[in-house]
Amino acid sequence: MKPVLLWSDALIFLLVISLALFFWRLRHDPQTRERWAEVFSSRLGMVAFTIIAAYILVALLDSLHFRRALENPESLATQEVFYDNKVSSVFDVLTGGMGDRFERTYSAPFALLSFEKENIKDASGRDIRDFPPLRHAGQHLAHPDERTADILVKSVSALLWGLLLCALVITPQWLLLRGSALPWAASWLTQGVILCAGAWTVSISHHYHILGTDQGGADVLYQSLKGIRTGVLLGTLATLVMLPIAVTLGVMAGYFKGWVDDVVQYLYTTLSSIPGILLIAASVLLFQVYIDLNPDFFAVGMEKADAKFIALCFILGVTSWSTLCRLIRAETLKISQLGYVQAAHAFGVSHSRILGRHVLPNVVHIILITFVLDFSALVLAEAVLSYIGVGVDPSMGSWGNMINGARSELSREPTIWWTLTGAFFFMFILVLAANLFSDLVRDAFDPRTSLRRAEA
Amino acid sequence: MFAYIVRRLLYAIPILIGVNLLTFTLFFVVNSPDDMAASQLGDKYVTPEAIANWKQKNGYDKPLFLNSQAAGVGQVTDTIFFDKSVRLFAFDFGRSESGRDITTDVATRMWPSLAVALPTFLVGIGVNICVALMVVMFRGTRLDRGAVFVFVALMSISYLFYIIGGQFLVAKTWRLVPISGFHTEGQVWKFLVLPVLVGVVAGIGAGARWYRTLFLEEANQDYVRTARAKGCSELSILFRHILPNALIPILTGVVVLIPSLFMGSLLIESFFGIPGLGSYMLDAINSQDFAIVRSMVFIGSILYIVGLLLTDISYTWADPRVRLS
Repeated sequence: MKPVLLWSDALIFLLVISLALFFWRLRHDPQTRERWAEVFSSRLGMVAFTIIAAYILVALLDSLHFRRALENPESLATQEVFYDNKVSSVFDVLTGGMGDRFERTYSAPFALLSFEKENIKDASGRDIRDFPPLRHAGQHLAHPDERTADILVKSVSALLWGLLLCALVITPQWLLLRGSALPWAASWLTQGVILCAGAWTVSISHHYHILGTDQGGADVLYQSLKGIRTGVLLGTLATLVMLPIAVTLGVMAGYFKGWVDDVVQYLYTTLSSIPGILLIAASVLLFQVYIDLNPDFFAVGMEKADAKFIALCFILGVTSWSTLCRLIRAETLKISQLGYVQAAHAFGVSHSRILGRHVLPNVVHIILITFVLDFSALVLAEAVLSYIGVGVDPSMGSWGNMINGARSELSREPTIWWTLTGAFFFMFILVLAANLFSDLVRDAFDPRTSLRRAEA
Repeated sequence: MFAYIVRRLLYAIPILIGVNLLTFTLFFVVNSPDDMAASQLGDKYVTPEAIANWKQKNGYDKPLFLNSQAAGVGQVTDTIFFDKSVRLFAFDFGRSESGRDITTDVATRMWPSLAVALPTFLVGIGVNICVALMVVMFRGTRLDRGAVFVFVALMSISYLFYIIGGQFLVAKTWRLVPISGFHTEGQVWKFLVLPVLVGVVAGIGAGARWYRTLFLEEANQDYVRTARAKGCSELSILFRHILPNALIPILTGVVVLIPSLFMGSLLIESFFGIPGLGSYMLDAINSQDFAIVRSMVFIGSILYIVGLLLTDISYTWADPRVRLS
């Protein structure tokens, strides 16, 4: 086994670690604690956060990549170890090889037979045209009619395993947090549901394709789960690229005013006057050409897809900083008029120190709100961009690519609905949780809304 | 006011130059005029003479940004960038790489775009405001909280789902209207109903939620309490007091979009096969037709700037206290 570190893997772990450090440093700050307690004091906030955390966990597990060592055949006299060209992740292992069970083409959820007729041989060896049996579904069944009973029995045993898992995960939390004033029960309930669903999925998928298979015969549920990493990474990394540009320029424009302000304003007006999708499309096409001209930069296909993905995050970040920049500029303009900044000036405090100690901490709430708000917008944008053909690489599983590949299938008879359902369902849950959570974060951190509530 | 408008229009010039500079740089970082010529002439093995010929014919036989051989001002003006930009400012978009006249294309394709975008825009605003007003009437109750949750859920659904779902349900299952296509004669509305419906429904979540916030902000003001104390009915408070006062923030968000309606919607037009500017752009992106992309970026920027200007002018109409200077 040989670990593989893709650029996006490194970046996402770096991001998670720095976020954790950031919150660890702020843990004793009473104001921040109060705000976050407000977010988590609502049951909805707890549930939404638990769901987002589960998605992030899946994304992280799916970011631990490695290449399996191939077993050398006896005839080969060398001791050298060769590695599989396919890159796997810890998540692939945990799901029990769900992604390795390919069929020939479409098959419906829980189906035993393929979706399209083929020429096959019947029991007596004659050629007939019928639906061929699937390779990886219901192999253990003696007769097709046993299917429903079999699924029920397997579900019950899977759920029992799921409950055991819940007990293992939730009991320590309960022991630690039972005195807390926050509604942890809501989070535990969500965790329980997710764990049971996970246990059920993994155990049933050994015997059936829960969401069927797509045109290439790949398991749809597995693809939808793989889309999680793409969605979460795009949502966070693109914002990560945007933040430094927007914050630096916005704070400088608002603080120094004069020609700095003019230049920054000119930059963001110009950028925001270009139709966003055209700018993104043009930049992505440009990078595509660059990759095509330099094909030997990347060892395996996955690294090329990853480079394209990073570029996409970068492009989305660079093209979308104008809104945040405008907000931060306005806030900084306001703050730099305040008494304590004037006083700091009078005491001869340096510009960099004033910016760092007095201005930046007071725009952090805007950054935080934008970060959470943009996340869901970016997840949705990925699907649209992949449809237009300027999204993530087709070899990289993503909801947008699934939808793009499946959109003509609805017109078939009988309808093939499962690919679209899988992609839209997983995308919807993530975006909904993120939107609900961002509402709560905004309510808690936006001084205007807190002020309004204080009056009421 | 007139002076103000003229000044704003003058400000637009450096912005448009910047926009052009950006699109040019983006494109020519990887694509030299030679590459363009080769890909347009179509052959894998084109002679250098043919390339030179094509460049001469299409005006790509000069340096990109700086002509070091020319004298004086010619260093800047005798370049591809200057030639192509000046033409854009005169609204002469030239020919696309496949030889079609872009100005005519834009002029004919503008109308189908508008036919879809304008009804979507107007009906959308009407529906969103009505829904929001209804929710505001029940503010602070469970109905209000439930409605906000529904709005957020509607917002969380991908736009693609609305389009695909609408086509599947209305056009395929119920067979009420054609799935896609467009006609200029006869029953045009048949082709417009579904795209407009999809556009409106897809916008309800975000739109109604936004209007609700605006109305609630007004509903907490003192004048509303005074009106209620005087004995105004809730309906008259909503329509006579809250709605007019919420106009300014509504105009800020809405007016800027009006000129952009000409550009149409990329997704709706490509899914429903409407020959508007949105699908024009998509085709240009897919075939990497730089002349079209550049012209559309230019038009889009102009429309955006006009939108900003219209927003300012509309303030004076909505709020007599505002003076433009």
